[in-house]
Amino acid sequence: MARIIVVTSGKGGVGKTTTSAAIAMGLAKRGHKTAVIDFDVGLRNLDLIMGCERRVVYDFVNVINEEATLNQALIRDKNCNLLYILPASQTRDKDALSQEGVGRVLDELKKDFKYIVCDSPAGIEKGAHLAMYFADDAFVVTNPEVSSVRDSDRMLGLLASKSRRAEQNEEPINEFLLLTRYSPDRVKLGEMLSVDDVQDILSLHLLGVIPESKSVLNASNSGTPVILDEKSDAGQAYADIVARYLGEDRPHRFIDDKKGFFRKLFGG
Amino acid sequence: MLTDASNIPFALELKSTSFSVPVLVITTDDMDVIEQKLHDKVNQAPEFFKNSPLILDLQEANNQGCLINFIELAGLVRQVGLFPIGIRGGNEQQNKQALQLQIPVHTVSGRDQPLEEKKQKSPSLESEPNEAVISNIAPSETTLITHPIRSGQRIYAKGDLIVLTQVSAGAEIIAEGNIHVYNTLRGRALAGVQGDVEARIFCFDLQAELISIAGNYKISEDLGDSVKGKPVQIYLQDQALIIKDIELHH
Ligand SMILES: Nc1ncnc2c1ncn2[C@@H]1O[C@H](COP(=O)(O)OP(=O)(O)OP(=O)(O)O)[C@@H](O)[C@H]1O
Ligand SMILES: [Mg+2]
Repeated sequence: MARIIVVTSGKGGVGKTTTSAAIAMGLAKRGHKTAVIDFDVGLRNLDLIMGCERRVVYDFVNVINEEATLNQALIRDKNCNLLYILPASQTRDKDALSQEGVGRVLDELKKDFKYIVCDSPAGIEKGAHLAMYFADDAFVVTNPEVSSVRDSDRMLGLLASKSRRAEQNEEPINEFLLLTRYSPDRVKLGEMLSVDDVQDILSLHLLGVIPESKSVLNASNSGTPVILDEKSDAGQAYADIVARYLGEDRPHRFIDDKKGFFRKLFGG
Repeated sequence: MLTDASNIPFALELKSTSFSVPVLVITTDDMDVIEQKLHDKVNQAPEFFKNSPLILDLQEANNQGCLINFIELAGLVRQVGLFPIGIRGGNEQQNKQALQLQIPVHTVSGRDQPLEEKKQKSPSLESEPNEAVISNIAPSETTLITHPIRSGQRIYAKGDLIVLTQVSAGAEIIAEGNIHVYNTLRGRALAGVQGDVEARIFCFDLQAELISIAGNYKISEDLGDSVKGKPVQIYLQDQALIIKDIELHH
């Protein structure tokens, strides 16, 4: 059975697109045929992060409007032949998406793909609503600060009440917490919420913590999802997340202050 | 086509029912003060007061010799988003003004609270117990919630409300009866919203943005450190909200 994953947050700029690209690549690398869809109509940038911006011919809106077939619009990833990208349109606005149209495209994708990753736009308006409406699993991307946590909480409320599963009284969406741009140093200084603080407020299953990392910027500049940078901390953190999502038991990393650990060791 | 109204059996029917409506007791004629206080009240609990009907009680003000222009007062109340639907305790002039605005005039009926108390709080918002419903006897439904109540969500229970999960900041739980939260309460909790002054709120971990019983409320700022983050029960005593640490005796 195909599964639809929405990567969502409410708040903007917290790392949804970075996460969508990384986990879609991670799932494909582990042998699952995966599609990743950019729902951010008008502000597309998933194609940049995936490094396929120069190969975009048709987009999601074209498929919804039946101006192109799904096969014409899907772009095969250059690094992994099990991964396909459905880019957003840069020239339309959010009203170009309709619930019926999105449902139709997802149904068609479900026949052929194991995982369908939906990169949600920020906010709780139409685009974000459509991105999460058909989801089976939700990755709630949150930064360790109060406003991001509050917006995630709001989004969780919508997942529980305004999704297809909620409306049809089916089993609720599986919700997972991804804490991104985490910096143990700043937590120590009291500038950021800790993992425990966030979990205390959201009480949500923690799928993983992604550290604040320069490798993310390098990855997006080179158009390769950070998960392919296997030496980087963020890349490893995303690989852990994919493994946990697939049912593996992996201990959490990147939560503690490395320097703190050495300081403790050497009494410095 | 012309129809004979007498041929339509149920075109309309007059029925009697009773509502409970908050009463705004005025004890000053300083319109600026009233406006400021009203704004404060409404801003503290905008959802609670949004479009709320209101009866304006001028008896106390008139007893104190205040001179209140009812038209001005009604206009002010409307400005903050409330709907005046009645006047009581008004003088002849004020009642006439009310009728001009098509606002009905009510008589002051037997009151159960001593007027003395109200002098300290001007103006105060109170919810009148609905005499038609005797909460102890009425069959009470209980609503059980087992999923977290998130920011932006709102739960209304006709009877008691039992919540096993957390109530997030920005969420609102409302019950006509008691509220029990066996978890952290960070949002707003309003018990006895139909005027049941016997209603209580119980919670395991009090971090609420607002708590209210029968219209008497406290906001987060008013919660003392001695009760914050503690298991507590909250009830009304002489129109004052009492918050009591629930001590565990071993
Ligand atoms: N773990 C991280 N470490 C450092 N920088 C990060 C990390 N994750 C994301 N960023 C940076 O944060 C910015 C926003 O990331 P991204 O575009 O993925 O967020 P988004 O939630 O998709 O934003 P939007 O709401 O605008 O769609 C980017 O500049 C990205 O490089
Ligand atoms: Mg994005």
